[in-house]
Amino acid sequence: MADPRLKQRLWSAGLIALFFLGWELFCLVSGMSDLILPRPSQIFATMVQRFPVLWPHILQTLATTMTGFALGVALGVLLGAVIGVSRTAYDTVYPLLIGFSSIPKVAVVPIFVLWFGSGTVPAVLTSLAICFFPIVVNIATGLATTEPEMEDVLKALGASKLDILWNVGLPRTMPFFFASLKVAVTYAFVGTVLAETVASNRGIGNVMMSASSNFNTPLVFAGLFILAGLGVALYVAFSLIEARVTGWATRKNDLLAA
Amino acid sequence: MHFRMSIQPPPFPATAAPLSPVSVLDGASALAIELSQASVTFGVGANSVPALAQTSLRIPEGAFVALVGPSGCGKSTILRLASGLVRPTTGVVIVGGREVSAKALRIGMAFQNPTMLPWLTIERNIMLPLKIVEPFRSRYARDKKGAFRDKAHALLAQVGLKGFASKFPWQLSGGMLQRANLCRALIHEPRLLLLDEPFGALDQFTREELWAILQDLWLAHRPTVLLVTHDLREAGFLASRICVMSARPGRIIDDSAIDFARPRSIAMTFEPGFVALNQRLRELIVDARSAVPGDH
Repeated sequence: MADPRLKQRLWSAGLIALFFLGWELFCLVSGMSDLILPRPSQIFATMVQRFPVLWPHILQTLATTMTGFALGVALGVLLGAVIGVSRTAYDTVYPLLIGFSSIPKVAVVPIFVLWFGSGTVPAVLTSLAICFFPIVVNIATGLATTEPEMEDVLKALGASKLDILWNVGLPRTMPFFFASLKVAVTYAFVGTVLAETVASNRGIGNVMMSASSNFNTPLVFAGLFILAGLGVALYVAFSLIEARVTGWATRKNDLLAA
Repeated sequence: MHFRMSIQPPPFPATAAPLSPVSVLDGASALAIELSQASVTFGVGANSVPALAQTSLRIPEGAFVALVGPSGCGKSTILRLASGLVRPTTGVVIVGGREVSAKALRIGMAFQNPTMLPWLTIERNIMLPLKIVEPFRSRYARDKKGAFRDKAHALLAQVGLKGFASKFPWQLSGGMLQRANLCRALIHEPRLLLLDEPFGALDQFTREELWAILQDLWLAHRPTVLLVTHDLREAGFLASRICVMSARPGRIIDDSAIDFARPRSIAMTFEPGFVALNQRLRELIVDARSAVPGDH
């Protein structure tokens, strides 16, 4: 084949298909009950069949996740910038953040429910709480790695801290920022579904919860597949944006025409 | 790369001082930099490190002064004092007639590390000071695609980087980046140019090429230049005056005018007069090094 990249992709696609095929065959050959592990074909069939019922829940989960994620990005960038610029903020906020991020978020959901009642709000907050941390860390790291010489050049020009942040600090953090977005968006899903499972009557998390209490395992798996699909789709979306915005950081070493 | 050198007229009116040395008329105002008994100590108490002993230095506007001396002697500290990045622990530093601050005098700076921003083209990198410094700053949005770009292109042509304006830094070699670095230090027409071993990381031939370019730029724009270097040939080739510093904490132990005719050529650096100067400077520094008390 002419294009080695296309060949590479076909290979990967083939291997992924093989994984599902292997799963299907394993279930058929071993005579596994679909109460325990349904076959992929069953799962897809369930997904298609129940789609009209699932659709509002998909929208609910997606909207909750994106809201939590957007708020998480805003909070993460703000905190990251403050921590990256100010030494005092670094020393005070960082230990608190690490402490907070070590708390299992399942433990936080009941508190949110206590404050706001069950429903969408605790899910948004859980999603936010789980996804903002990698953004903070990456923004702060990006800002901290500004070359001191560059800062001296700008300071000698009379540049303010804001000038330096705007012209050097923030652009430099962009690759770190987008790398963290890809991670954060998948975390945001985890947060949403977690809260929906514990305390909500809408969303994919809730669907999976009630399906599993009815022993409807194929539907539980359908929920999992939908979540995975949404996660992959958003990851890809952010990868594409990343490639456009921070192409300079992943450039190829073109040969220089002398 | 073969490089043709030519002196072109400056692309903008140089804010230069007259070619003649300090005239009696303007007195103190014609001093670009004045250090009066300035010393710098980093840290406090038992951990304090004296970087610069009490030093007095007067540099008239338009001069090209080179600072040489053993490593760690405080050469860069003088540079940082002049730029306002460091405040003197004792004494006074006056730059452009005022007690030093970054805004007192338009300053251009270049280090050994060219620190081009990887996400900007060479042209945009060079225009960065125009985005920061008035009176350019307020016109930046309007002129970045017109007058300012022309200005950047003219400077790039002067250092032999014609046609590289829209390349990204990673597409250029070390020597080319250093040329761009010089352009960035000069684009806002600074009255004071501070260079900290700008050619330290380059090979001999590229370095000599850049000496010639820097000399041309200086002759064209006539900023006051303070150059820190380890290379005595570089100092002799470029400077009108060389200050030799002692080991840490540094002070100036020799201050001589360098009168070779300009424009100077690389061939000149092999003439007996130049070699003798080199020899003398070298001995001064060797002595200064051996006078280091205790460790280094």
